[in-house]
Amino acid sequence: MTPGAGSITRPSLAGLTRSAQFWPVAVLLLLLATNGILNPNFFALSWREGHLYGAPVDILNRAAPLMAVALGMTVVIATRGIDISVGAVVAIAAAVAAALIGGKLSIVEGQQTYETLTSMPIALVAALGVAALCGLFNGVLVATVGIQPIIATLILMVAGRGIAQLVTGGQIITIYYKPYFFIGSGYLLGLPFSLWLVGGLLALMAWLKHRTALGLFIQASGGNPAAARLAGINARGLLLAVYAFCGFTAGLAGLMISSNVKSADGNNAGQLLELDAILAVTLGGTSLLGGRFSLRGSVLGALIIQTLTTSIYSLGVPPEINLVVKAVVVFAVCLVQSPEARAWLFRRRTIA
Amino acid sequence: MKGLRLTSQTLPSWVAVLLFVLMYAGGSIAYTGFFSGQVFLNLLIDNAFLLVVAIGMTFVILSGGIDLSVGSVVALTTMVLAWSVERAHLPPLLVIPLLLAGGALFGAAMGFVIQTFKIPAFIVTLAGMFLARGLCYLISIDSIAISDPLLTELSQARLPVGPFGEVSPGVVVAALVLAFAVWLAQGTSFGRAVYALGGNERSALLMGLAVARTRIAVYAVSGFCASLGGVLFGVYMLSGYGLHAQGLELDAIAAAVIGGALLTGGVGYVMGTLTGVLLLGVIQSLITFDGSLSSWWTRIAIGALLGLFCVLQRAFELAHRFRRTPAQQHTRAAA
Repeated sequence: MTPGAGSITRPSLAGLTRSAQFWPVAVLLLLLATNGILNPNFFALSWREGHLYGAPVDILNRAAPLMAVALGMTVVIATRGIDISVGAVVAIAAAVAAALIGGKLSIVEGQQTYETLTSMPIALVAALGVAALCGLFNGVLVATVGIQPIIATLILMVAGRGIAQLVTGGQIITIYYKPYFFIGSGYLLGLPFSLWLVGGLLALMAWLKHRTALGLFIQASGGNPAAARLAGINARGLLLAVYAFCGFTAGLAGLMISSNVKSADGNNAGQLLELDAILAVTLGGTSLLGGRFSLRGSVLGALIIQTLTTSIYSLGVPPEINLVVKAVVVFAVCLVQSPEARAWLFRRRTIA
Repeated sequence: MKGLRLTSQTLPSWVAVLLFVLMYAGGSIAYTGFFSGQVFLNLLIDNAFLLVVAIGMTFVILSGGIDLSVGSVVALTTMVLAWSVERAHLPPLLVIPLLLAGGALFGAAMGFVIQTFKIPAFIVTLAGMFLARGLCYLISIDSIAISDPLLTELSQARLPVGPFGEVSPGVVVAALVLAFAVWLAQGTSFGRAVYALGGNERSALLMGLAVARTRIAVYAVSGFCASLGGVLFGVYMLSGYGLHAQGLELDAIAAAVIGGALLTGGVGYVMGTLTGVLLLGVIQSLITFDGSLSSWWTRIAIGALLGLFCVLQRAFELAHRFRRTPAQQHTRAAA
């Protein structure tokens, strides 16, 4: 194969397979097709009670928190970093929101009214603020103190669940305030509200990436930190902002999750979410070595993971196998994306 | 020992030793009965499996890698042990060697993938973590109790240690692993290759070291230690369960880091990991002895400790760099 075989002017299959999003899209289509074949009603969408119903909508809704976290994770990974504390931050944000809102249903003069402990906007801002502060804490450790990102965020990953349980007092806090449920299970214009949130986040990030210099700065500081510093990029400020943003997206996911399950569990909310988010980013074609990143890819990656989970449940495969299947898929996708693996397979084939 | 002299690299390890002594002394003053040989030996009994797992993790970290699968491998080992002894009625003495070989093979397979396909260790061992945890649930969703006479005997056996108290057979196994690991890291060419690989892979390769073989061996060591830790844990708990040892990989990493290992690789000591494990154990004991503190304070304390040691390591690293000659500083600044 000559290096220029798949150039833009001559689109070929080889060129297509080298496009960054080819493999994630192929895997997602394959998963969806498998679902469609095994379950003919899989793609059936219906309009009920003023919004869309159906398995694809369900997958999108369930994937929303993971997409949000994966988007935040993408920019962190693009700076050659990693944030393994997001699962704990999800639990902290959910705990803060639930502790502040709590709420109860009371009957006042025959009317059902919902009461909160704290007004909802304040609670939401507080939860997101605490999450962003958690991210900022990671950022300070990485950018100012200079600790390796995986260790710096390991600190909050270990301590975070303790903090979340401290907030909830070791209990699972149930939320009774109905308006709060809208975030995770409400519908706007026929689509899940959480999807609009993620859509807004994606649009904002895509705008920042493509229409401002920020995307370039992030890619530059991840691709070659020394060169970026010499070019006058404020690496420290950038890292602080990126980690704080990642914390914010984790907080957003925490709100969606706690609103969807109507409770906050300091111990189990967002369990293993950091790993799923990193997988989503990797599946989406962003290198863990930093540099160029793909927002669309990460959203696709999150969709792949959720489609896989939903398929396992809906196809009647015992849920216990979920983790095994996930392991196999992760492994397969990583192999397919690795140039070394493709070279290895290719070499084997020519010998045989 | 030459490796344990007081330098800026070993200082965090010594701080960990000092902190352990201080915390133990503080506990002895605050709580009656804390200052006894048996409480100290209980630290070892309760954390023998963690020590073995953390030693394997130390080798991986020294080589510049990471192994997230160890907690799941521990769980899988307890599960297979319980299943084959209780359901398949196989003799434990046949099952345990097979389990250890299986663990080493599992680790070697991950090492092979990391080395051959250049996929980050983080991702490969993550897949290994999912796989091992998933296999647990394929065997059984519920906990399987172990009632095998030999294993029950081993679980309850106590060996006297002079006038101080007694230890479990698991502690003896952990001590043997520790001694062997110290020798492996400090006294063999394999150990030197691991340090070299973690320090600078390219240099190690150019020096003619067997980088591929070393990396695969390192993950095999970690897999072996994880399955041995799993056998110890299964005997200690007398059960096999898919939810056993959740988050153990974090404790193992924390122990290695507190003991002075740098996650970038090439720096650290196996003996330091012992200090790290003891420090984690003493926090747990203090909180248990206090009685009024909730269990989640353990996580917060371990996190805070981890943070303290990371900042400490970094501060010493910077101080070390500052003390270099001006010419070196200049090249550093320009780099």
